[in-house]
Amino acid sequence: MSSHFTQQPVGPAVAALVPAQPVALRVNGQERTLRIAPWTTLLDALREYLDLTGTKKGCDHGQCGACTVLVNGKRINSCLSLAVAHVGDDIQTVEGLGTEEQLHPLQQAFIDHDAFQCGYCTPGQICSAQGLLNEGRARTADEVRELMSGNLCRCGAYSNILTAVLEVLHAQNA
Amino acid sequence: MNSFTFTQAPGVAAAVREHAAHEGAAYLGGGTNLVDLMKENVARPAHLIGLKHLPLAAIESTPDGGLRLGALATNADTAYHPEVEKRYPLLAQAILAGASPQLRNMATNGGNLLQRTRCYYFYDLATPCNKREPGSGCSAIGGYNRVCGILGTSESCIATHPSDMCVALAALEAVVRVSGPNGERTIEFADFHRLPGDTPERDNNLQKGELITALDLPANGFSQRFSYLKLRDRSSYAFALVSVAAALELDGNTITAARLALGGVAHKPWRDPEAEALLIGQPATADTFGRAAARALAGARGYGPNTFKIELARRAVVRALRQATEMTPAPDDNAFQNSNP
Repeated sequence: MSSHFTQQPVGPAVAALVPAQPVALRVNGQERTLRIAPWTTLLDALREYLDLTGTKKGCDHGQCGACTVLVNGKRINSCLSLAVAHVGDDIQTVEGLGTEEQLHPLQQAFIDHDAFQCGYCTPGQICSAQGLLNEGRARTADEVRELMSGNLCRCGAYSNILTAVLEVLHAQNA
Repeated sequence: MNSFTFTQAPGVAAAVREHAAHEGAAYLGGGTNLVDLMKENVARPAHLIGLKHLPLAAIESTPDGGLRLGALATNADTAYHPEVEKRYPLLAQAILAGASPQLRNMATNGGNLLQRTRCYYFYDLATPCNKREPGSGCSAIGGYNRVCGILGTSESCIATHPSDMCVALAALEAVVRVSGPNGERTIEFADFHRLPGDTPERDNNLQKGELITALDLPANGFSQRFSYLKLRDRSSYAFALVSVAAALELDGNTITAARLALGGVAHKPWRDPEAEALLIGQPATADTFGRAAARALAGARGYGPNTFKIELARRAVVRALRQATEMTPAPDDNAFQNSNP
């Protein structure tokens, strides 16, 4: 995304209208203090105030999973969570999973298996898959399907997403 | 979303005091339903009280052999807790049949009880809804009511309670512990949620400012014979059209104890003591199950688009009781075996 847009966050304009409060968040290992209104969702805080636009806004109602991030290692929908409620939490976004030089194994597996078409759901899919790996509850393909059901893909890349997640799951358990 | 102020409460008493001190205050648990309702302008609290620092996330055994589920334990931590998996697999199965992993990681046990109906008209500010705006009328009666209730409905409201977890809690006869301005009290699960009557705006019998602190499960978790059968339009991440929590104890093939609760059909998890009584002392056969199912649905009323639920629920009761009876060893993948139609 062009930096032209991200250098002009909506924050200051909104903050002028409301009693914005300082909110200290730890995102991808970095401490960041934001002045935001209490009704700012974690998703909007990440995208509009911290320029972390990897996390996507799909439905904004907890139905599609595009906004999935990890909080204290657990996957959640950042669109249904208020940023002010996450003081003290460890927040990890897709930007914190891998680097361009060293992709996260899930990122590499998604590329290897062509596990996306448009790519809009991909950051959420990958964060969700990391959450699934952390939980350690999925062993079979059916279990991965069920436990990835909170992430929709409009392009219908499900079969390749499943293959990619299973590959990392099996490598981890090998 | 409306503007509001926010504070994190340091403890239960402080949260209750904070609530009393602010007109239009609301408690914030996982937020999965409340924040969504705020985005839709259905809920417009003036002050939110965060609960994350309250010491209510523990799951621990009680002296009477039961298990206490902290109100702030997440649905995921509850479903995957070793004691819940071992002693209350019906509850684990019901929780895992609902929502998505992300939502279950956020949603709290107390909040699960307090989630509001997903009736389309409740969410649609452009239409009348007695639950959202008392006295405005019910758009679901005569409207698109495929997801609405068939039991215990009223002229004011035919909405259903959307929870899976609560259906299992009803069958297991959990007790809700609350703390409020007038101290602490307990509420039997059957008395917690309400039928709509002419006050559909009230989902439950909590008094103003009361906070759920825990759910107590009795010692008997019916862990040997149980089934949570959930029927829905897709086999994952969808609300129930009809669900059934069934739990049995058998002596040989004779039923000695039975619990039956239905979801997706009423304003509260639906239990019918007469239907359960028809099972006791009877052989665990299709005939017996059919009689109990007929009794459970005897008072059902369809509203057109949702009339199919009456026959669906009747068959679901029979199937769930059969699944509970035939269950050989406890299912290994409990969420995935019985939840598909």
